[in-house]
Amino acid sequence: MIRIEGIKKSFDETEVLKGLSTEFEKGKTNLIIGRSGAGKTVLLKLLVGLLKPTSGSIWYGDTDFTKMDSREVRTLRMDVGMLFQGSALFDSMTTEENIRFPLDMFTNKTKKEKLDQVNYCLERVELDGANDKYPSEISGGMQKRVGIARAIVLDPKYLFCDEPNSGLDPKTALLIDELIQKLTYEKEITTVINTHDMNSVMGIGDNIALLHEGRLAWRGNKSEVLDSDNETLQNFIFASPFLQRLRDAALGKKQ
Amino acid sequence: MNFNFLHSFGKYLLLLKTAFSRPEKVSMYWKETVRQMHDIGIGSLVIVCIIALFIGAVTAIQFAFQLQDSFVPKFYIGYIVRDITIIELAPTITCLVLAGKVGSNMAAEIGGMRQKEHIDAMEIMGVNTAAFLIMPKMIASLIVIPLLVCAASIVSIVGGYIASVPQGWVTDAEYVQGVRYYFEPYYVSMMFAKAITFAFIITSVSCFQGYYVKRGSIELGVASTQAVVYSDILILLGDYFIALLFTV
Repeated sequence: MIRIEGIKKSFDETEVLKGLSTEFEKGKTNLIIGRSGAGKTVLLKLLVGLLKPTSGSIWYGDTDFTKMDSREVRTLRMDVGMLFQGSALFDSMTTEENIRFPLDMFTNKTKKEKLDQVNYCLERVELDGANDKYPSEISGGMQKRVGIARAIVLDPKYLFCDEPNSGLDPKTALLIDELIQKLTYEKEITTVINTHDMNSVMGIGDNIALLHEGRLAWRGNKSEVLDSDNETLQNFIFASPFLQRLRDAALGKKQ
Repeated sequence: MNFNFLHSFGKYLLLLKTAFSRPEKVSMYWKETVRQMHDIGIGSLVIVCIIALFIGAVTAIQFAFQLQDSFVPKFYIGYIVRDITIIELAPTITCLVLAGKVGSNMAAEIGGMRQKEHIDAMEIMGVNTAAFLIMPKMIASLIVIPLLVCAASIVSIVGGYIASVPQGWVTDAEYVQGVRYYFEPYYVSMMFAKAITFAFIITSVSCFQGYYVKRGSIELGVASTQAVVYSDILILLGDYFIALLFTV
């Protein structure tokens, strides 16, 4: 489990996060949602240590991440996988080399053991046989799946996904969501997803934290979204007239 | 402005400190070092040799022209080409060229990785990115650049021969006599001292510029240019101080 307490983050005079406290449960898909500029990406970067908070603490289990030195942070990161918005695959490496990179760097496994592990991960993301493809030779959806395979190759305890569905068609986005959820449940991973994709919210939102102007505006799960009378949540989720009509229809049926 | 300089210099020193930490896995660093040695060495050999050849040739022709109708023995052409090449032209001109070729490439490569979030991805895996991206380049440069400078000085002396002997400025025997005349091994030590210092400057400055590049292709271009400009200035400053140190 990851717990954050009173996190504040400022850039020069601008306070992006204004004392945020919440927790992300183990074995569940924890979604951070909010409008652009709400502080989602900053929060995700704070969680993985790419940024340092101005104040507050981030707890991985019983350990305060913000008090760790750089060596301890690197050790903790062996348990962390991350899927980037742009996948961040190394262009000059093949799919296999990309996924094998953490194994090469941090394990003493034999070549065969590494290859087996890579193939297992590729199988999990339904990309068997794509070992020799370069990132430029595969589609955006496939790149995301390779990114997931690389993120899970060291069996992480924590998985962070930054906008995993951005730039993907709805079907591929659904596939990526299902894949992340499946891996989260099977491996009991604490998964934190930064998204503003409504399909993800309603599909895999075990825990949802809505950020609004640097503060936690609402916390709940996907089944509580429709019934919530939180105005910020309703304005965010049902921003388009089409979705408003759908909500009204759904609530009408319920009543 | 002064504070900006101090801030950047502090960041530069801290980056170097982090870059020389213990590697996570020596075999991965070694593999990367060999790749860098190939890229820097083989990749720059042709341009370095072409430049060295012409520098030697021009030095020989200019000096032969100055010696016309003088009482200075002709074999001094070989002697001057050898010494000026070893002491000054081979290390300085080669490294100025390498700052443009290798330095800008390093800054662009690391800067591109920063922009595409490759560095963030490695950080999150637990890799010490400063060490993994800079240390192999530094080791490769410190090994390969002195070798390139050494090759440049040999090619330059050959260039002087090609330019002066067939033209009849000097005979074959006189040129060889000049090249062998009063050879001071100390000058070779000076050449290697310069090459090692300049290799360090090129790599550290270029990697620093690339590592802290901000988002955007314009910034990447600026970082790449700054890598070359700062490296060139520091090479010339370094050249001056090494000359003072070794000769005064």
